[in-house]
Amino acid sequence: MNEKFETHEHDVLIIGAGGAGLRAAIEALGQGATVAVVCKSLLGKAHTVMAEGGIAAAMANVDEADDWRTHFRDTMRGGKFLNNWRMAQIHAQEAPERVRELEQWGALFDRTSSGDILQRAFGGHTFKRLCHVGDRTGLEMIRTLQDRGVNLGIDVYMECAITRLLKDGERVSGAFGYWRETGRFVVFKAKSIVIATGGIGKAWRITSNSWEYTGDGMALAYEAGAELMDMEFVQFHPTGMVWPPGVQGILVTEAVRGEGGVLRNSEGERFMERYDPEKMDLSTRDVVARAIYTEVREGRGTEHGGAYLDISHKPAEYVKRKLPSMYHQFRELADVDITQGPMEVGPTCHYMMGGIRVEAETAQATVSGLFAVGEAAAGLHGANRLGGNSLSDLLVFGRRAGLGAAEHAKQSGPVTIDGEEVLEATREMLEPFERPAGESPYNIHRDLQEAMQNYVGIFRNEDDLTKGLSELDSLKARADRVRVEGSRLFNPGWHLARDLKAMLTVSEAVARSALARKESRGAHSRIDYPSYDEDWSRQNNVILREGDEMKLKQLHITETPDELRQILAEEKS
Amino acid sequence: MPDATFKIFRGDRGGGKLVEYNVPIATGMVVLDALHYIQAHQAPDLAVRWNCKAGKCGSCSAEVNGRPRLTCKTRMDALPLNEPITVQPMKSFPVIRDLVTDVSWNYRVNRMIPPFTPRADVEWKMDQRDVDRVQEFRKCIECFLCQNVCHVLRDHDKGEQFGGPRFFVRIAGLEMHPLDGLSRTDLLKDALGIGLCNITKCCTEVCPEDIQITDNAIIPLKERVVDDYYDPVRWFLRKLKGKKRK
Repeated sequence: MNEKFETHEHDVLIIGAGGAGLRAAIEALGQGATVAVVCKSLLGKAHTVMAEGGIAAAMANVDEADDWRTHFRDTMRGGKFLNNWRMAQIHAQEAPERVRELEQWGALFDRTSSGDILQRAFGGHTFKRLCHVGDRTGLEMIRTLQDRGVNLGIDVYMECAITRLLKDGERVSGAFGYWRETGRFVVFKAKSIVIATGGIGKAWRITSNSWEYTGDGMALAYEAGAELMDMEFVQFHPTGMVWPPGVQGILVTEAVRGEGGVLRNSEGERFMERYDPEKMDLSTRDVVARAIYTEVREGRGTEHGGAYLDISHKPAEYVKRKLPSMYHQFRELADVDITQGPMEVGPTCHYMMGGIRVEAETAQATVSGLFAVGEAAAGLHGANRLGGNSLSDLLVFGRRAGLGAAEHAKQSGPVTIDGEEVLEATREMLEPFERPAGESPYNIHRDLQEAMQNYVGIFRNEDDLTKGLSELDSLKARADRVRVEGSRLFNPGWHLARDLKAMLTVSEAVARSALARKESRGAHSRIDYPSYDEDWSRQNNVILREGDEMKLKQLHITETPDELRQILAEEKS
Repeated sequence: MPDATFKIFRGDRGGGKLVEYNVPIATGMVVLDALHYIQAHQAPDLAVRWNCKAGKCGSCSAEVNGRPRLTCKTRMDALPLNEPITVQPMKSFPVIRDLVTDVSWNYRVNRMIPPFTPRADVEWKMDQRDVDRVQEFRKCIECFLCQNVCHVLRDHDKGEQFGGPRFFVRIAGLEMHPLDGLSRTDLLKDALGIGLCNITKCCTEVCPEDIQITDNAIIPLKERVVDDYYDPVRWFLRKLKGKKRK
């Protein structure tokens, strides 16, 4: 291989430094592997930092009747039984231990009066289950993991973006990327690679996601031959900010409703009575998002096209203590005092339930040596994720991916990097500079967001999805002619030009899967197929690459074992 | 609505200049929105760090009209629009490009701090009141604005002898953790040079999380250092028994 490339060699390469990536790194390191973590932003800025409400774990500190069985059942019901049952079982069983471990590494949770970790109510959870720190649980979690990881000796490569996975025959052998700061290229050689890159929210116009969430890891895995699964299931969080325009989509934590906040329409009606009279405001996110969307469409929306969310009936001091960042966010960005009056909220693209198809026990993808975890992986959440189940997912499967990756590295022989592949990756990155004319990546991105928002949104139908797919085709053609101005030195336009490719690939996977699933289930709502379908209840959509073609197939869900089936059948205690 | 005029630093380690841009103003707009507008319409290569756009990640720090701010929380309607708004990178850190600075020094300082170390045989129970005190420090989003304004770093460039307010906050969070059993006063006194701070409170003023950095973190830590190293009785006991204080 050409000598001019900076090359780093590790047993395990982890792409992404959110909760999942860091937890995987800590575990792999504990197994004696050498570990590198690569991340697009500075360490500690990943989306985990924005998680607000809490970590779901059946610790039974507040509601003694809680146990893993109930958590398992809630997760499966929330996911409309499309979840990988084994992942849901592992998750429910291991989450409490992962939370305790976090506490032993220095995390400081809010406490009960007897000094234990306090737990709050959340949508779809039968019991008070979310371990939390006010409304900044994610910050506490990422800081704890980051400090632990750094202290143990993880090598962190910050502001470095991976653009291609490299292979040695059928297994992964490394990754190619660039330093954002200098624009120089870098090669990582590794026996195991863990994808922990999060989701694809930035493909939609209204989103709670930051610039980083462009589906990179899913696209990298897909390009390397791995399968993606459940891509039609995109979570629209019911409560994002709607006003003023600049803050549209920014998350308003579900903890507002967990702490007693209520939703009302412009007529003052508690409209959730009509959509889910039993769970009301704490119904699952898919249901609440559709309810708000429907209220607005039918003319009962607020001034700026949302619903009212009100917690001002609680004492002001309580609100400020339990929801401090919401208090500041609304006061500073929207001139609203949430202790005095309601917020305006509406659905915002938040989370991808689908992702890279993995084995439940080890988090290994369908390519040897490739692992995936957190939002980038599929399976645990099925058709809809419960709030709080993401942070626990990161911890439980982050640990398992770290174990799996370290184990795989131990057992595999040396890998080699294909120099030709590296040169090809280089050419791909330099092309946008070399075109004499072409379009700005910002324009193409704006049109992609518009297309996904309009045609692949909360409510879908065949016409829209078909239009969306043909729109994606023309966007891909435009992206092939994208032109970048300026130098390679910290150039966001150049970075976006590459991220666009990943977004387009993953968006196509979403639209194709959504078109195929002719039923409504969880976060996937088809106006033309409004009810459940028995056949579809037994299969997952799987996306894979054949040559240069994106293919879709269906995979039968394995039978749930009897003992779990029994748990699912039980009514809540 | 009218346009606002911006003067934004464009350049790199080799130098640069303020470049003027006009941006249409919208209701509720923040400075980061304007920077994004400029990227999308006028300067696609304008280098800016940002992530959450909601004041939770601490990525978008810069100096707006000379004041260190998170650009995602700096409202346009709070700035005088009859004159150009200047946006410059944080002064205390070397420029990489445009508004992006090299903050890697902070990560090197952080590595020196011994982690949370629970006391032996501790029972994992804590009182909310004890937790409250420490949670204040754990609110820190690492925007490094406090480091940027601290005159020990900004004017005297003492980064090799001084840790800066961010890391005093971090250590306060560890030292006052109800179950931590380690003392870090030696590190505070020597490598991190807490004695160089003369409590002018510039850090507290710019903290977007309203952490009372000087009063609640730095002063109590200074007192611990004084107790451990300059109280003759304690000094003698420490010589006898070793460093542990809890």
